[in-house]
Amino acid sequence: MSTAAGSAPESEPIRAIKLKHPWRIVFAVVILVIAAVFLIDAARRPAYDWASVAKYLFDRRVSAAALVTLELTVLAMIIAIVLGVLLAVMRLSPNPVLKAVAWFYVWLFRGTPVYVQLVFWGLIATIYQTIDIGIPFTSVQWASFATQAVVNAFWLSVIGLGLNEAAYMSEIVRAGLVSVDTGQNEAATALGMSWGQTMTRVILPQAMRVIIPPTGNEVISMLKTTSLVTAVPFSFDLYNRTRDISAETFNPIPMLIVASIWYLFFTSILMVGQYFLEKRFARGIGDRRDGKGGDGGPTGTLQIVGANQPSVVMPQAHEAGRR
Amino acid sequence: MTDTSIAPAPSAAAITPMVEAVGVSKSFGSNEVLKSISLTVRPGEVLCLVGPSGSGKSTFLRLINHLETLSSGRLSVDGSLVGYRQVGEKLYELHPKDAARQRREIGMVFQRFNLFPHMTALENVMEAPQRVKRQPKAQVEQRARDLLARVGLADRADYYPAHLSGGQQQRVAIARALAMEPKLMLFDEPTSALDPELVGEVLDVMKELASSGMTMIVVTHEMGFAREVADTLVFMDGGVVVESGQPREVLANPQHDRTRAFLSKVL
Ligand SMILES: Nc1ncnc2c1ncn2[C@@H]1O[C@H](COP(=O)(O)OP(=O)(O)O)[C@@H](O)[C@H]1O
Ligand SMILES: [Mg+2]
Repeated sequence: MSTAAGSAPESEPIRAIKLKHPWRIVFAVVILVIAAVFLIDAARRPAYDWASVAKYLFDRRVSAAALVTLELTVLAMIIAIVLGVLLAVMRLSPNPVLKAVAWFYVWLFRGTPVYVQLVFWGLIATIYQTIDIGIPFTSVQWASFATQAVVNAFWLSVIGLGLNEAAYMSEIVRAGLVSVDTGQNEAATALGMSWGQTMTRVILPQAMRVIIPPTGNEVISMLKTTSLVTAVPFSFDLYNRTRDISAETFNPIPMLIVASIWYLFFTSILMVGQYFLEKRFARGIGDRRDGKGGDGGPTGTLQIVGANQPSVVMPQAHEAGRR
Repeated sequence: MTDTSIAPAPSAAAITPMVEAVGVSKSFGSNEVLKSISLTVRPGEVLCLVGPSGSGKSTFLRLINHLETLSSGRLSVDGSLVGYRQVGEKLYELHPKDAARQRREIGMVFQRFNLFPHMTALENVMEAPQRVKRQPKAQVEQRARDLLARVGLADRADYYPAHLSGGQQQRVAIARALAMEPKLMLFDEPTSALDPELVGEVLDVMKELASSGMTMIVVTHEMGFAREVADTLVFMDGGVVVESGQPREVLANPQHDRTRAFLSKVL
């Protein structure tokens, strides 16, 4: 970025004695010792019952439950992202009706605990015993289903988690959309692009790099929130399944470790995926060259404190370099 | 105020003006930014709009492109009202689709380029013809490459804006606007964000465009460009047209104190 580097033809590479950081080493050693003591102790401590951990880690019931947790996460996030984008776009649309609807949705679903919402979804078949398709308040009716027959606890969990998460996703997406320079909107409009085209072709793709980091956090958060589906009640997910198994074995601690290992395994994979997505959407925006020209394209990025947990991942290193 | 029908057009009355503003005013809340602007731009004319910052130049351009709605007066482009449809005495607001259709005919170039940073130069130029006009890709790409060649950037087609200099970015932005085959081009201080040594390359492209017969309204502080290329120079201050005429005359012999004061600063 600086123009000084490499400009002097005869300069030699600098050979300086590296600054020493003795306290770093001391600190590292202390940490290592503490960690080693803890690990050695943990390996011997009977309460952890590592034999059981090994036995149940790849138990068929456990791996099936891990898959269910993954399914819940993926399906709920798909609903959340699609609905979240829709709500965010509605929130920013020039149409006041759409704006109000989106605002109300976020107010309702973000304002109540997800656990309570899941209990509600579990009761849906009690509240609405049939789903009728017809003209309301008349006797005209084309079809009627028993609610119980249409949805099961798994899908109620997916819907409950997804609709709740959509409220948070819409805020994340909205922050991303707002972070895009208004000049982009203007340029697209001036070219005769419609509002929808401007959104999908110009604004959203640029908002992505602001949207993706907190969304990654949301996916990881969702993976763990799935353990609340017991509220529906649904009990075939990873956490509740391992709880049920430990209720039989009277040995809860190794099952908690088993569940934790699986959760950590999935979150690690998600972090790798997030890394590649972030790279993909930094296209054309990363490694910006110096100079005034650089001012033309930037989408001004805001710091986003996304949704229900702090997830500030922006701005990235190259941003700092530009200041 | 002075009107701009100075240049001798043989059959001026018969030709539909490209832009016709009659008593155009624009307020933001209680702030009246434009006060009864009247001016005419003939097809093929190059009009340079100069004036101090905050005098309403950008706002005027944005009104022509219907990025803002005017508060009073009449504004038409190539004979049709901007943003409205007139039936008898009544004005009807245009549907956004029709407003977008009007904008397609008007190219706009911004001070800060506003290229789409996630698209290459070529993709920037292709975007609108392909998505808005829905022309076939092969044809659009050929034309886009021709346009990039015309602005001297044939070899930069696959570069992202971040990897182009400011001057190159602005030339891509001009090519992008031209890709919609506009009948009118609006430039809002196209060289103000550029390093001095990059100004020339953009002005050269604009000169070439002017000599090809494009109708242009250019907000600029480049008086050399105005003198050389413009048919009309309009000096605005405080939301009114203070003075207008042939650039050489206005520059050499300004009639108003405010014009003189401004010119002494920029020349
Ligand atoms: N969207 C807006 N809302 C409120 N005021 C505005 C808006 N756009 C421009 N203005 C005001 O209008 C005046 C003229 O602005 P502008 O047309 O940008 O002037 P110029 O381009 O000549 O520098 C300024 O005082 C500015 O603050
Ligand atoms: Mg301006």
